[in-house]
Amino acid sequence: MKKFNWQPWALLAPSVSAIFFLLVVPVLFVVVYSFWLRAPTGAVIPDFQFGNYARFFEDFFYPSILIRTIRVSLICVFLCLIFGYIPAYFFHRSKSRYRQAMILLIMLPFWISFIIRTMSWVNILGANGFVNHALMKIGLISEPLSLLYNEGAVLMGLIQFLLPFMILNIFVSLEGIDKNLLEAARSMGCNEWQAFKEVTLPLSLPGVSAGCLLVFVLTAGTYLPPMILGGAGNEMIANLIFNRVIGTLDWPFGSAISVILLILLGTIVWTYNRYLGINQLFNAFKGT
Amino acid sequence: MKERLNEVKHQYEKGNLSRRDFVKYLGIAGVAAGLAGGPFGMIRQAMAAGRIRFDGWGGTTSQAFRRYAFDPFTEATGIRVIDGEFGDMDSYLTRVIASFPPGGEFNLAHLSGVFDYARYVGLEFHTKLDESKITNLSLVMNAMIEPYRKITPDGLSAVPYNLGQTGIAYNTKYISRDKAENLGASLLWDDEISGRLGSWGDWRTNIWYAALHTGQSPNDIQDMDAVWNALSAQVPMVRKYWASGAELMSLLANEEIHATVAWSGRVAHLQDQGYPIAFLAPNGCYSWQECIFVMKGTDIDVAHQLLDFMLAPEASIAVAEGQMYPPSLDPSKVELTDKIKQLPAFDPTGKLEGYLFADPEYWNANQLAWAERWDRIRARG
Repeated sequence: MKKFNWQPWALLAPSVSAIFFLLVVPVLFVVVYSFWLRAPTGAVIPDFQFGNYARFFEDFFYPSILIRTIRVSLICVFLCLIFGYIPAYFFHRSKSRYRQAMILLIMLPFWISFIIRTMSWVNILGANGFVNHALMKIGLISEPLSLLYNEGAVLMGLIQFLLPFMILNIFVSLEGIDKNLLEAARSMGCNEWQAFKEVTLPLSLPGVSAGCLLVFVLTAGTYLPPMILGGAGNEMIANLIFNRVIGTLDWPFGSAISVILLILLGTIVWTYNRYLGINQLFNAFKGT
Repeated sequence: MKERLNEVKHQYEKGNLSRRDFVKYLGIAGVAAGLAGGPFGMIRQAMAAGRIRFDGWGGTTSQAFRRYAFDPFTEATGIRVIDGEFGDMDSYLTRVIASFPPGGEFNLAHLSGVFDYARYVGLEFHTKLDESKITNLSLVMNAMIEPYRKITPDGLSAVPYNLGQTGIAYNTKYISRDKAENLGASLLWDDEISGRLGSWGDWRTNIWYAALHTGQSPNDIQDMDAVWNALSAQVPMVRKYWASGAELMSLLANEEIHATVAWSGRVAHLQDQGYPIAFLAPNGCYSWQECIFVMKGTDIDVAHQLLDFMLAPEASIAVAEGQMYPPSLDPSKVELTDKIKQLPAFDPTGKLEGYLFADPEYWNANQLAWAERWDRIRARG
């Protein structure tokens, strides 16, 4: 009889326990709550039913917030891609001895609280903020522009938060391209632009897709930028969950919305993994 | 259990109980306490000795409490007051429900409105205070105590501490006093300030003012459709639904908004700092009172001491001046300062006649449906 080898299990136990208790158990609680009911006092009644899910889909209001969230997330992905590819390519091609320091600067915002970083836009875009003050000072405008509390301001806050994720993913992907391929392309008559289009761009797509996935998933679950920088009509699904749980103490319905969001994002990640491989996501962090 | 133990000790000292039975009872009581509170409860209780937790509104309000009540209390008694903060009543209640055991991690809270008192009682987070141990309660306005007695006739679980109003703040650089006073609540629907209007995200406040704007009594709204229509019309005019007193002050001070519903104390702070912000209390202005609520599981003796200390005129007046909300002290019994007499919402009679407070039963009964409907209207933008 083959002797049971307990060593791998013993070595795995701490990490498996951590994942189980810190990730699986809380999610299970949310799933269980989503099938329960809210009492008039705000307490939770443990009565299994599907009413919370039916409530979400019966009324277009809730799906409409989900659609808005997906729309904002896609815009954010597109803008991050545009503004992320250029600096990533610049870092990749740079021969400066300060290249490492420049890459480190991208990580610098992570050392400051996300709330502070988001709040800082109030001072930049506000009626008395830097932008309006500067424009009025040079005489371009006579009255402050309304730059805050709209979707533009929300996107600004989101891009500031998410751009480093995109840049790093693309940068690592670019760094992984075999330089001989570029030289081969040049030797076969390609100019700089053609070499980029035929070799660099296609080979950097795994990094692009990994960055897009990360940005999309993080945007869809974000709460602070819409709350701090958004106005009426800029709420996203995470704000809706907050309002349901905090505003009306409706934990079961808030949990049901959370599960729906989880399923949506899980499906996207699963699809990504099925066709592109989830390991692409980790390359960026391996490279930094 | 503490009272029961004292009784057993008293019987033992009188000789009615043998030493053996006394020790046996102590053992059983210890096990019961351990089982009831669990290991976390025992550790918490051990750690809680000599300190009590207080949760309040943060910002200038918290500063006033810390400086004029908690620090002097600690100096006088040696008991530390752990000073927590919350952004709004709903998020705090969520934390209280989520604590273990529910309510058990919290002691005293600066609750707003009688409807919150009713909510906490409804969730059985209340306790029963011994009013004879809070002698300064006799200095408090009866008009502020009575609403709580109606909810818990057997005994209070809180002491009223201050009152205020949610009126309308407006920037006098952009809006004249005459115009504001003529329009009253309808100032919040004035097209001329569209895009420069603010409001609190709170469903209750918005519905209250929509009721006034549509000519209805906020505590007995007959035409809810008119209220929803008014709010739907107002949402596109609103630049920002603020979430905290600090954000309210920042929006007004930076002129991001020119008019908004606003808490009287925060407006008084802005006026004190020299900003051209006026406070309008229109007909039917939303008046409210705040209490210091004692949560189930709190060391009641320490709570009595702290409440009595906080209600003492020296502390209560200093806190009121600091947070700029009139105290619950009856002006006919206690000589208040000129600064307090000039605060918005101050009532020199101490009877609060003509002040309109939210009916707790009415508003709590409609909370779920109205809060959800309000969220929909706001989210559509």
